[in-house]
Amino acid sequence: MADAPDTRTPLVASGVRVVLGGNEILHGVGLTVRAGEAVAVMGGNGSGKSTLVRALVGALPTSAGEIRVFGGERDAAAYDRIGYVPQRVTAAAGVAADAREVVVSGLLGRGRLLAPRRAKQRAVAALSDLGIGWLAHRNVATLSGGQQQRVLIARALVRDPDLLILDEPMSGVDVPSQEALAHALEERKARGGAIVIVLHELGALAPLIDRAVVLEDGYVTHVGEPPAALGTHALPGHDHLHAHEDPPAPTAGPIDMGVPT
Amino acid sequence: MILTDPLVQRMLLVGLLVGVTAPIVGTYLVQRRMALMGDGIGHVALAGVAAGWLAGSAAGLAERDALAIPGAVIFAIGGAVIVERMRSHGSAADVGMAILFYGGIATGVLLIGAAGGSNANLLGYLFGSISTVSWTDVWLTVALAALIIGVGIGLRRSLFAVTHDQEFARSTGLPVGMLNIVVAILAAVTITVAMRVVGVLLVSALMILPVAIAQLTTHSFNRTMLIAMAVGGAITVAGISITLYYDLQPGALIVVLGVAAYIAVSAMASLRRSRGARR
Repeated sequence: MADAPDTRTPLVASGVRVVLGGNEILHGVGLTVRAGEAVAVMGGNGSGKSTLVRALVGALPTSAGEIRVFGGERDAAAYDRIGYVPQRVTAAAGVAADAREVVVSGLLGRGRLLAPRRAKQRAVAALSDLGIGWLAHRNVATLSGGQQQRVLIARALVRDPDLLILDEPMSGVDVPSQEALAHALEERKARGGAIVIVLHELGALAPLIDRAVVLEDGYVTHVGEPPAALGTHALPGHDHLHAHEDPPAPTAGPIDMGVPT
Repeated sequence: MILTDPLVQRMLLVGLLVGVTAPIVGTYLVQRRMALMGDGIGHVALAGVAAGWLAGSAAGLAERDALAIPGAVIFAIGGAVIVERMRSHGSAADVGMAILFYGGIATGVLLIGAAGGSNANLLGYLFGSISTVSWTDVWLTVALAALIIGVGIGLRRSLFAVTHDQEFARSTGLPVGMLNIVVAILAAVTITVAMRVVGVLLVSALMILPVAIAQLTTHSFNRTMLIAMAVGGAITVAGISITLYYDLQPGALIVVLGVAAYIAVSAMASLRRSRGARR
Protein backbone atom coordinates (compact mmCIF):
# COMPACT_ATOMS: atom_id res chain seq x y z
CA MET A 1 0.00 0.00 0.00
CA ALA A 2 3.02 2.29 -0.38
CA ASP A 3 2.40 5.36 -2.51
CA ALA A 4 5.83 6.91 -2.92
CA PRO A 5 9.07 4.94 -2.55
CA ASP A 6 9.70 4.69 1.16
CA THR A 7 13.25 4.88 2.40
CA ARG A 8 12.35 4.31 6.02
CA THR A 9 13.30 1.01 7.59
CA PRO A 10 10.31 -1.34 7.74
CA LEU A 11 11.04 -2.61 11.22
CA VAL A 12 13.35 -1.43 13.98
CA ALA A 13 12.80 -2.98 17.38
CA SER A 14 15.14 -2.39 20.30
CA GLY A 15 15.24 -3.39 23.93
CA VAL A 16 11.88 -5.14 23.70
CA ARG A 17 10.78 -6.68 26.98
CA VAL A 18 7.57 -8.65 27.37
CA VAL A 19 6.12 -9.87 30.66
CA LEU A 20 3.47 -12.58 30.61
CA GLY A 21 1.80 -13.82 33.75
CA GLY A 22 4.44 -12.17 35.93
CA ASN A 23 7.38 -13.78 34.09
CA GLU A 24 9.59 -11.78 31.80
CA ILE A 25 9.71 -13.76 28.54
CA LEU A 26 11.81 -11.35 26.48
CA HIS A 27 14.72 -9.58 28.19
CA GLY A 28 15.48 -6.73 25.82
CA VAL A 29 15.41 -8.05 22.27
CA GLY A 30 16.38 -6.04 19.20
CA LEU A 31 15.55 -6.74 15.57
CA THR A 32 15.99 -4.68 12.41
CA VAL A 33 14.59 -5.64 9.03
CA ARG A 34 15.25 -3.60 5.90
CA ALA A 35 13.22 -3.42 2.72
CA GLY A 36 13.72 -6.45 0.50
CA GLU A 37 15.23 -8.42 3.35
CA ALA A 38 14.05 -11.68 4.87
CA VAL A 39 15.06 -12.34 8.47
CA ALA A 40 14.49 -15.66 10.19
CA VAL A 41 13.81 -15.68 13.93
CA MET A 42 15.00 -19.02 15.22
CA GLY A 43 15.38 -20.84 18.50
CA GLY A 44 14.03 -23.78 20.43
CA ASN A 45 10.66 -24.11 22.09
CA GLY A 46 10.24 -21.55 24.84
CA SER A 47 12.97 -19.31 23.46
CA GLY A 48 10.50 -16.46 23.03
CA LYS A 49 10.26 -16.31 19.23
CA SER A 50 6.47 -16.40 19.08
CA THR A 51 6.28 -13.88 21.90
CA LEU A 52 8.56 -11.60 19.93
CA VAL A 53 6.46 -11.60 16.77
CA ARG A 54 3.26 -11.19 18.74
CA ALA A 55 4.76 -8.13 20.38
CA LEU A 56 5.91 -6.84 16.98
CA VAL A 57 2.39 -6.95 15.56
CA GLY A 58 0.85 -5.42 18.67
CA ALA A 59 -0.93 -8.56 19.83
CA LEU A 60 1.02 -8.49 23.10
CA PRO A 61 1.92 -5.43 25.15
CA THR A 62 5.60 -4.67 25.73
CA SER A 63 6.84 -3.62 29.14
CA ALA A 64 9.88 -1.81 27.77
CA GLY A 65 11.64 -1.06 24.52
CA GLU A 66 10.65 0.47 21.24
CA ILE A 67 9.08 -0.94 18.08
CA ARG A 68 9.12 1.34 15.06
CA VAL A 69 7.36 0.34 11.87
CA PHE A 70 8.43 2.39 8.83
CA GLY A 71 10.06 4.92 11.06
CA GLY A 72 7.01 5.87 13.05
CA GLU A 73 4.80 4.90 15.89
CA ARG A 74 2.25 2.28 15.12
CA ASP A 75 -0.47 4.45 13.66
CA ALA A 76 -3.17 3.45 11.22
CA ALA A 77 -0.86 3.77 8.21
CA ALA A 78 1.75 1.52 9.79
CA TYR A 79 -0.84 -1.10 10.71
CA ASP A 80 -2.06 -1.12 7.12
CA ARG A 81 1.41 -2.05 5.91
CA ILE A 82 1.79 -5.09 8.18
CA GLY A 83 0.63 -8.53 7.12
CA TYR A 84 0.65 -11.02 9.99
CA VAL A 85 0.41 -14.79 9.69
CA PRO A 86 -0.14 -16.20 13.18
CA GLN A 87 0.63 -19.76 14.14
CA ARG A 88 -2.05 -22.02 12.74
CA VAL A 89 -4.53 -23.14 15.36
CA THR A 90 -6.14 -26.44 14.49
CA ALA A 91 -8.94 -26.21 17.05
CA ALA A 92 -12.09 -25.29 15.15
CA ALA A 93 -13.92 -22.10 16.04
CA GLY A 94 -17.46 -22.36 17.35
CA VAL A 95 -19.05 -21.39 14.04
CA ALA A 96 -17.72 -22.58 10.70
CA ALA A 97 -16.35 -20.00 8.28
CA ASP A 98 -15.36 -20.47 4.67
CA ALA A 99 -11.94 -19.53 3.34
CA ARG A 100 -13.17 -16.42 1.58
CA GLU A 101 -14.73 -15.05 4.76
CA VAL A 102 -11.49 -15.57 6.64
CA VAL A 103 -9.46 -13.80 3.95
CA VAL A 104 -11.89 -10.85 3.76
CA SER A 105 -11.07 -10.07 7.39
CA GLY A 106 -7.56 -9.25 6.15
CA LEU A 107 -8.99 -6.21 4.40
CA LEU A 108 -10.08 -4.55 7.64
CA GLY A 109 -8.02 -2.29 9.84
CA ARG A 110 -7.97 0.75 12.03
CA GLY A 111 -10.71 3.03 10.79
CA ARG A 112 -11.87 0.36 8.34
CA LEU A 113 -14.54 -1.59 10.17
CA LEU A 114 -16.45 -2.38 7.00
CA ALA A 115 -15.17 -4.48 4.13
CA PRO A 116 -13.98 -2.32 1.21
CA ARG A 117 -15.50 -2.61 -2.24
CA ARG A 118 -14.83 -5.80 -4.18
CA ALA A 119 -13.62 -7.40 -0.96
CA LYS A 120 -14.90 -10.83 -1.97
CA GLN A 121 -13.22 -10.71 -5.38
CA ARG A 122 -9.96 -9.56 -3.81
CA ALA A 123 -10.14 -12.36 -1.26
CA VAL A 124 -10.68 -14.98 -3.95
CA ALA A 125 -7.82 -13.50 -5.99
CA ALA A 126 -5.52 -13.75 -2.96
CA LEU A 127 -6.52 -17.39 -2.51
CA SER A 128 -5.93 -18.06 -6.19
CA ASP A 129 -2.44 -16.53 -5.98
CA LEU A 130 -1.63 -19.28 -3.50
CA GLY A 131 -3.21 -21.90 -5.72
CA ILE A 132 -6.29 -22.50 -3.59
CA GLY A 133 -8.92 -20.31 -5.24
CA TRP A 134 -11.05 -23.40 -5.66
CA LEU A 135 -11.29 -23.73 -1.86
CA ALA A 136 -12.89 -20.29 -1.39
CA HIS A 137 -16.22 -21.72 -0.27
CA ARG A 138 -14.93 -24.57 1.81
CA ASN A 139 -15.08 -24.63 5.59
CA VAL A 140 -11.55 -23.75 6.72
CA ALA A 141 -11.77 -26.22 9.61
CA THR A 142 -12.02 -29.14 7.17
CA LEU A 143 -9.00 -28.13 5.07
CA SER A 144 -5.64 -29.85 5.41
CA GLY A 145 -2.94 -28.21 7.49
CA GLY A 146 -1.15 -26.90 4.42
CA GLN A 147 -4.35 -25.53 2.91
CA GLN A 148 -5.26 -23.81 6.17
CA GLN A 149 -1.80 -22.28 6.28
CA ARG A 150 -2.25 -20.96 2.75
CA VAL A 151 -5.57 -19.39 3.76
CA LEU A 152 -3.84 -17.57 6.62
CA ILE A 153 -1.13 -16.36 4.26
CA ALA A 154 -3.74 -15.18 1.75
CA ARG A 155 -5.39 -13.25 4.60
CA ALA A 156 -2.11 -11.44 5.23
CA LEU A 157 -1.20 -10.92 1.56
CA VAL A 158 -4.63 -9.56 0.62
CA ARG A 159 -3.57 -6.48 2.59
CA ASP A 160 -0.69 -6.01 0.13
CA PRO A 161 1.69 -5.59 3.06
CA ASP A 162 5.17 -4.08 2.91
CA LEU A 163 6.17 -5.92 6.07
CA LEU A 164 5.19 -9.55 6.35
CA ILE A 165 5.47 -11.27 9.72
CA LEU A 166 4.97 -15.04 9.83
CA ASP A 167 4.97 -17.35 12.84
CA GLU A 168 6.09 -20.91 12.00
CA PRO A 169 4.32 -21.07 8.65
CA MET A 170 5.99 -24.35 7.70
CA SER A 171 4.93 -26.52 10.62
CA GLY A 172 2.57 -29.31 9.63
CA VAL A 173 2.52 -28.19 6.00
CA ASP A 174 2.59 -30.49 2.95
CA VAL A 175 5.17 -30.06 0.20
CA PRO A 176 2.91 -28.33 -2.38
CA SER A 177 1.87 -25.80 0.27
CA GLN A 178 5.51 -25.26 1.26
CA GLU A 179 6.31 -24.53 -2.36
CA ALA A 180 3.35 -22.18 -2.77
CA LEU A 181 4.44 -20.38 0.38
CA ALA A 182 8.10 -20.10 -0.66
CA HIS A 183 7.02 -18.78 -4.03
CA ALA A 184 4.72 -16.15 -2.51
CA LEU A 185 7.47 -14.98 -0.16
CA GLU A 186 10.05 -14.74 -2.95
CA GLU A 187 7.68 -12.62 -4.97
CA ARG A 188 7.01 -10.35 -2.02
CA LYS A 189 10.73 -9.98 -1.34
CA ALA A 190 11.57 -9.25 -4.98
CA ARG A 191 9.10 -6.37 -4.85
CA GLY A 192 10.96 -4.86 -1.92
CA GLY A 193 8.85 -6.33 0.84
CA ALA A 194 10.42 -6.98 4.22
CA ILE A 195 9.86 -10.37 5.83
CA VAL A 196 10.18 -11.60 9.41
CA ILE A 197 9.65 -15.32 9.71
CA VAL A 198 9.76 -17.52 12.77
CA LEU A 199 11.22 -20.88 11.86
CA HIS A 200 12.28 -24.03 13.62
CA GLU A 201 14.61 -24.81 10.77
CA LEU A 202 15.34 -23.22 7.44
CA GLY A 203 14.18 -26.12 5.27
CA ALA A 204 12.72 -25.12 1.92
CA LEU A 205 13.07 -21.44 2.77
CA ALA A 206 16.88 -21.49 3.13
CA PRO A 207 17.57 -19.69 -0.21
CA LEU A 208 15.23 -16.88 0.81
CA ILE A 209 16.69 -16.03 4.21
CA ASP A 210 19.27 -13.24 4.38
CA ARG A 211 19.89 -13.26 8.10
CA ALA A 212 18.91 -15.16 11.18
CA VAL A 213 18.31 -13.94 14.69
CA VAL A 214 18.56 -16.74 17.22
CA LEU A 215 16.78 -16.45 20.53
CA GLU A 216 17.49 -18.46 23.65
CA ASP A 217 15.52 -17.98 26.87
CA GLY A 218 14.43 -14.54 25.76
CA TYR A 219 17.88 -13.26 24.79
CA VAL A 220 19.34 -12.81 21.32
CA THR A 221 22.32 -15.17 21.14
CA HIS A 222 23.20 -14.94 17.47
CA VAL A 223 22.67 -12.50 14.61
CA GLY A 224 23.94 -13.09 11.10
CA GLU A 225 24.39 -16.13 8.91
CA PRO A 226 21.62 -18.64 9.51
CA PRO A 227 23.01 -21.43 11.69
CA ALA A 228 22.86 -24.47 9.45
CA ALA A 229 22.86 -26.99 12.26
CA LEU A 230 20.11 -25.44 14.32
CA GLY A 231 17.37 -27.39 12.66
CA THR A 232 18.81 -30.71 13.71
CA HIS A 233 17.95 -30.21 17.35
CA ALA A 234 14.41 -29.18 16.61
CA LEU A 235 12.02 -31.20 18.63
CA PRO A 236 10.34 -34.37 17.34
CA GLY A 237 7.38 -33.70 15.14
CA HIS A 238 9.03 -30.71 13.56
CA ASP A 239 10.88 -32.33 10.71
CA HIS A 240 9.41 -30.34 7.89
CA LEU A 241 11.31 -31.79 4.97
CA HIS A 242 8.49 -34.19 4.31
CA ALA A 243 4.78 -33.71 4.45
CA HIS A 244 2.97 -34.96 7.49
CA GLU A 245 -0.51 -34.87 8.88
CA ASP A 246 -1.81 -32.20 11.17
CA PRO A 247 -0.60 -32.43 14.73
CA PRO A 248 -3.35 -33.21 17.25
CA ALA A 249 -5.54 -30.22 17.93
CA PRO A 250 -4.55 -28.21 20.98
CA THR A 251 -7.31 -27.76 23.51
CA ALA A 252 -7.09 -23.99 23.42
CA GLY A 253 -9.57 -21.98 21.36
CA PRO A 254 -8.59 -19.94 18.34
CA ILE A 255 -8.35 -16.71 20.26
CA ASP A 256 -6.35 -18.08 23.15
CA MET A 257 -3.12 -16.19 23.49
CA GLY A 258 -2.28 -16.51 27.12
CA VAL A 259 0.46 -19.10 27.07
CA PRO A 260 3.88 -18.27 25.67
CA THR A 261 5.58 -20.88 23.58
CA MET B 1 -60.18 -13.85 12.29
CA ILE B 2 -57.76 -14.15 15.14
CA LEU B 3 -55.06 -12.08 13.35
CA THR B 4 -57.16 -8.95 13.67
CA ASP B 5 -56.92 -9.08 17.45
CA PRO B 6 -54.46 -6.31 18.41
CA LEU B 7 -52.98 -8.40 21.22
CA VAL B 8 -52.28 -11.25 18.82
CA GLN B 9 -50.71 -8.79 16.40
CA ARG B 10 -48.49 -7.42 19.16
CA MET B 11 -47.47 -10.88 20.32
CA LEU B 12 -46.57 -12.06 16.85
CA LEU B 13 -44.69 -8.87 16.00
CA VAL B 14 -42.63 -8.91 19.17
CA GLY B 15 -42.06 -12.63 18.78
CA LEU B 16 -40.86 -12.25 15.21
CA LEU B 17 -38.49 -9.40 16.07
CA VAL B 18 -37.03 -11.26 19.01
CA GLY B 19 -36.76 -14.53 17.12
CA VAL B 20 -34.93 -12.89 14.23
CA THR B 21 -32.55 -10.74 16.28
CA ALA B 22 -31.56 -13.12 19.09
CA PRO B 23 -29.49 -15.42 16.82
CA ILE B 24 -27.41 -12.49 15.49
CA VAL B 25 -25.57 -12.06 18.76
CA GLY B 26 -25.94 -15.78 19.36
CA THR B 27 -23.73 -16.42 16.32
CA TYR B 28 -20.91 -14.30 17.76
CA LEU B 29 -21.25 -15.92 21.18
CA VAL B 30 -21.11 -19.43 19.71
CA GLN B 31 -18.15 -18.37 17.56
CA ARG B 32 -16.39 -17.31 20.73
CA ARG B 33 -17.50 -20.45 22.57
CA MET B 34 -19.45 -18.41 25.08
CA ALA B 35 -22.82 -19.97 24.36
CA LEU B 36 -23.85 -19.84 28.00
CA MET B 37 -23.00 -16.20 28.47
CA GLY B 38 -26.58 -15.24 27.59
CA ASP B 39 -27.82 -17.29 30.49
CA GLY B 40 -25.62 -15.50 32.95
CA ILE B 41 -26.40 -12.04 31.67
CA GLY B 42 -30.09 -12.90 31.93
CA HIS B 43 -29.61 -13.58 35.63
CA VAL B 44 -27.98 -10.20 36.09
CA ALA B 45 -30.75 -8.56 34.05
CA LEU B 46 -33.26 -9.97 36.53
CA ALA B 47 -31.61 -7.93 39.26
CA GLY B 48 -32.05 -4.94 36.94
CA VAL B 49 -35.73 -5.70 36.50
CA ALA B 50 -36.13 -5.76 40.27
CA ALA B 51 -34.10 -2.60 40.75
CA GLY B 52 -36.24 -0.84 38.15
CA TRP B 53 -39.35 -2.10 39.90
CA LEU B 54 -38.08 -0.80 43.23
CA ALA B 55 -37.24 2.57 41.69
CA GLY B 56 -40.67 2.69 40.08
CA SER B 57 -42.54 2.07 43.30
CA ALA B 58 -40.27 4.44 45.22
CA ALA B 59 -41.08 7.14 42.68
CA GLY B 60 -44.76 6.31 43.05
CA LEU B 61 -45.28 5.54 39.36
CA ALA B 62 -48.71 4.32 38.33
CA GLU B 63 -47.20 1.40 36.43
CA ARG B 64 -44.75 0.01 38.90
CA ASP B 65 -42.91 -2.00 36.27
CA ALA B 66 -42.41 0.96 33.92
CA LEU B 67 -38.72 1.08 34.86
CA ALA B 68 -38.21 -2.67 34.85
CA ILE B 69 -36.93 -2.97 31.28
CA PRO B 70 -34.70 0.13 31.45
CA GLY B 71 -33.29 -1.30 34.69
CA ALA B 72 -32.71 -4.63 33.00
CA VAL B 73 -30.91 -2.99 30.08
CA ILE B 74 -28.59 -1.08 32.40
CA PHE B 75 -27.80 -4.08 34.61
CA ALA B 76 -27.37 -6.42 31.66
CA ILE B 77 -24.96 -4.06 29.94
CA GLY B 78 -23.01 -3.63 33.17
CA GLY B 79 -22.89 -7.40 33.67
CA ALA B 80 -21.89 -8.05 30.06
CA VAL B 81 -19.10 -5.51 30.20
CA ILE B 82 -17.78 -7.00 33.44
CA VAL B 83 -17.84 -10.48 31.90
CA GLU B 84 -16.00 -9.16 28.85
CA ARG B 85 -13.34 -7.55 31.06
CA MET B 86 -12.88 -10.84 32.92
CA ARG B 87 -12.70 -12.77 29.66
CA SER B 88 -10.14 -10.50 28.05
CA HIS B 89 -7.98 -10.53 31.16
CA GLY B 90 -8.41 -14.28 31.45
CA SER B 91 -8.42 -14.03 35.23
CA ALA B 92 -10.48 -16.71 37.00
CA ALA B 93 -13.29 -15.81 34.63
CA ASP B 94 -15.16 -19.01 35.41
CA VAL B 95 -15.66 -18.47 39.11
CA GLY B 96 -15.97 -14.73 38.67
CA MET B 97 -18.86 -15.20 36.27
CA ALA B 98 -20.58 -17.69 38.55
CA ILE B 99 -20.49 -15.20 41.41
CA LEU B 100 -21.84 -12.45 39.20
CA PHE B 101 -24.68 -14.59 37.86
CA TYR B 102 -25.90 -16.08 41.12
CA GLY B 103 -25.49 -12.73 42.80
CA GLY B 104 -27.69 -11.30 40.06
CA ILE B 105 -30.56 -13.72 40.40
CA ALA B 106 -30.51 -13.72 44.20
CA THR B 107 -30.45 -9.94 44.33
CA GLY B 108 -33.31 -9.88 41.86
CA VAL B 109 -35.48 -12.13 43.98
CA LEU B 110 -34.79 -10.11 47.14
CA LEU B 111 -35.35 -6.71 45.50
CA ILE B 112 -38.56 -7.66 43.77
CA GLY B 113 -39.96 -8.81 47.11
CA ALA B 114 -38.84 -5.56 48.75
CA ALA B 115 -40.52 -3.58 45.96
CA GLY B 116 -43.84 -5.23 46.72
CA GLY B 117 -43.78 -7.50 43.69
CA SER B 118 -45.29 -10.96 43.87
CA ASN B 119 -44.09 -14.35 42.80
CA ALA B 120 -46.38 -14.02 39.80
CA ASN B 121 -44.55 -10.88 38.70
CA LEU B 122 -41.25 -12.67 39.10
CA LEU B 123 -42.45 -15.67 37.12
CA GLY B 124 -43.33 -13.33 34.27
CA TYR B 125 -39.69 -12.42 33.92
CA LEU B 126 -38.36 -15.88 34.60
CA PHE B 127 -40.52 -17.57 31.97
CA GLY B 128 -41.62 -14.68 29.78
CA SER B 129 -44.92 -12.87 29.59
CA ILE B 130 -45.58 -12.29 25.93
CA SER B 131 -49.34 -12.35 26.44
CA THR B 132 -49.16 -9.02 28.27
CA VAL B 133 -47.20 -6.98 25.69
CA SER B 134 -48.36 -3.42 25.28
CA TRP B 135 -47.81 -1.13 22.29
CA THR B 136 -45.08 0.57 24.33
CA ASP B 137 -43.33 -2.79 24.58
CA VAL B 138 -43.71 -3.23 20.84
CA TRP B 139 -42.10 0.10 20.00
CA LEU B 140 -39.30 -0.48 22.47
CA THR B 141 -38.69 -3.88 20.90
CA VAL B 142 -38.71 -2.38 17.41
CA ALA B 143 -36.11 0.20 18.42
CA LEU B 144 -33.81 -2.29 20.15
CA ALA B 145 -34.18 -4.81 17.33
CA ALA B 146 -33.22 -2.13 14.82
CA LEU B 147 -30.12 -1.39 16.90
CA ILE B 148 -29.15 -5.08 17.07
CA ILE B 149 -29.69 -5.61 13.34
CA GLY B 150 -27.92 -2.39 12.36
CA VAL B 151 -24.83 -2.97 14.47
CA GLY B 152 -24.77 -6.76 14.54
CA ILE B 153 -25.10 -7.13 10.78
CA GLY B 154 -23.55 -3.82 9.71
CA LEU B 155 -20.32 -4.55 11.54
CA ARG B 156 -20.36 -8.29 10.83
CA ARG B 157 -16.98 -8.35 9.06
CA SER B 158 -15.22 -6.67 11.97
CA LEU B 159 -17.12 -8.59 14.61
CA PHE B 160 -16.31 -11.82 12.76
CA ALA B 161 -12.62 -10.87 12.58
CA VAL B 162 -12.48 -10.20 16.31
CA THR B 163 -14.40 -13.29 17.39
CA HIS B 164 -12.65 -15.56 14.87
CA ASP B 165 -9.00 -14.59 15.46
CA GLN B 166 -8.46 -11.85 17.98
CA GLU B 167 -4.68 -11.84 17.61
CA PHE B 168 -4.81 -11.27 13.87
CA ALA B 169 -7.52 -8.64 14.32
CA ARG B 170 -5.21 -6.78 16.68
CA SER B 171 -2.39 -6.89 14.12
CA THR B 172 -4.58 -5.19 11.52
CA GLY B 173 -5.25 -2.27 13.84
CA LEU B 174 -8.93 -3.06 14.35
CA PRO B 175 -10.15 -1.59 17.66
CA VAL B 176 -10.41 -5.02 19.27
CA GLY B 177 -11.29 -3.85 22.78
CA MET B 178 -14.06 -1.61 21.50
CA LEU B 179 -15.50 -4.32 19.25
CA ASN B 180 -15.50 -6.80 22.14
CA ILE B 181 -17.51 -4.32 24.19
CA VAL B 182 -19.90 -3.91 21.25
CA VAL B 183 -20.54 -7.67 21.27
CA ALA B 184 -21.11 -7.57 25.03
CA ILE B 185 -23.55 -4.67 24.79
CA LEU B 186 -25.42 -6.26 21.88
CA ALA B 187 -25.71 -9.44 23.94
CA ALA B 188 -27.10 -7.49 26.87
CA VAL B 189 -29.65 -5.64 24.75
CA THR B 190 -30.72 -8.85 23.02
CA ILE B 191 -31.23 -10.59 26.33
CA THR B 192 -33.40 -7.84 27.74
CA VAL B 193 -35.55 -7.84 24.64
CA ALA B 194 -35.86 -11.62 24.48
CA MET B 195 -36.61 -11.84 28.20
CA ARG B 196 -40.12 -10.65 27.49
CA VAL B 197 -40.82 -13.55 25.15
CA VAL B 198 -39.04 -16.57 26.58
CA GLY B 199 -38.00 -15.35 30.03
CA VAL B 200 -34.64 -15.17 31.76
CA LEU B 201 -34.34 -18.91 32.18
CA LEU B 202 -34.67 -19.67 28.47
CA VAL B 203 -33.22 -16.54 26.92
CA SER B 204 -29.97 -18.20 25.97
CA ALA B 205 -31.82 -20.96 24.15
CA LEU B 206 -33.33 -18.50 21.71
CA MET B 207 -29.89 -17.07 20.96
CA ILE B 208 -28.08 -20.39 20.60
CA LEU B 209 -30.52 -23.01 19.28
CA PRO B 210 -31.13 -21.37 15.88
CA VAL B 211 -27.34 -21.05 15.45
CA ALA B 212 -26.86 -24.70 16.32
CA ILE B 213 -29.49 -25.65 13.72
CA ALA B 214 -28.04 -23.35 11.05
CA GLN B 215 -24.56 -24.79 11.61
CA LEU B 216 -25.81 -28.17 10.51
CA THR B 217 -26.72 -26.80 7.10
CA THR B 218 -23.87 -24.52 6.01
CA HIS B 219 -20.12 -23.91 6.26
CA SER B 220 -20.28 -20.16 5.85
CA PHE B 221 -20.34 -17.77 8.80
CA ASN B 222 -22.59 -15.23 7.08
CA ARG B 223 -25.03 -17.88 5.96
CA THR B 224 -25.03 -19.44 9.43
CA MET B 225 -26.18 -16.11 10.77
CA LEU B 226 -28.84 -15.59 8.10
CA ILE B 227 -30.27 -19.10 8.40
CA ALA B 228 -30.24 -18.81 12.20
CA MET B 229 -32.24 -15.59 11.94
CA ALA B 230 -34.81 -17.31 9.73
CA VAL B 231 -35.00 -20.32 12.04
CA GLY B 232 -35.31 -18.08 15.11
CA GLY B 233 -38.14 -16.11 13.54
CA ALA B 234 -39.91 -19.29 12.41
CA ILE B 235 -39.84 -21.15 15.71
CA THR B 236 -40.88 -18.06 17.67
CA VAL B 237 -43.83 -17.26 15.43
CA ALA B 238 -44.80 -20.94 15.26
CA GLY B 239 -44.62 -21.29 19.02
CA ILE B 240 -46.71 -18.20 19.69
CA SER B 241 -49.26 -19.22 17.05
CA ILE B 242 -49.71 -22.63 18.64
CA THR B 243 -50.34 -21.07 22.05
CA LEU B 244 -53.22 -19.11 20.54
CA TYR B 245 -55.08 -22.38 20.14
CA TYR B 246 -53.65 -24.50 22.92
CA ASP B 247 -53.06 -23.40 26.47
CA LEU B 248 -49.29 -23.82 26.57
CA GLN B 249 -46.49 -21.68 27.99
CA PRO B 250 -45.12 -19.80 24.91
CA GLY B 251 -41.47 -19.43 25.97
CA ALA B 252 -41.10 -23.09 26.84
CA LEU B 253 -42.92 -24.17 23.70
CA ILE B 254 -40.63 -22.05 21.47
CA VAL B 255 -37.56 -23.63 23.02
CA VAL B 256 -38.97 -27.15 22.74
CA LEU B 257 -39.77 -26.47 19.08
CA GLY B 258 -36.17 -25.37 18.62
CA VAL B 259 -34.80 -28.50 20.24
CA ALA B 260 -37.11 -30.67 18.11
CA ALA B 261 -35.98 -28.83 14.98
CA TYR B 262 -32.37 -29.35 15.99
CA ILE B 263 -32.87 -33.08 16.44
CA ALA B 264 -34.74 -33.38 13.13
CA VAL B 265 -32.15 -31.38 11.15
CA SER B 266 -29.20 -33.17 12.69
CA ALA B 267 -30.81 -36.55 11.95
CA MET B 268 -31.26 -35.51 8.33
CA ALA B 269 -27.70 -34.18 8.18
CA SER B 270 -26.17 -37.38 9.52
CA LEU B 271 -28.36 -39.45 7.21
CA ARG B 272 -27.07 -37.45 4.27
CA ARG B 273 -23.50 -37.77 5.50
CA SER B 274 -23.71 -41.54 5.88
CA ARG B 275 -25.21 -41.84 2.40
CA GLY B 276 -22.42 -39.69 1.02
CA ALA B 277 -19.84 -41.83 2.83
CA ARG B 278 -21.25 -45.07 1.41
CA ARG B 279 -21.00 -43.81 -2.12
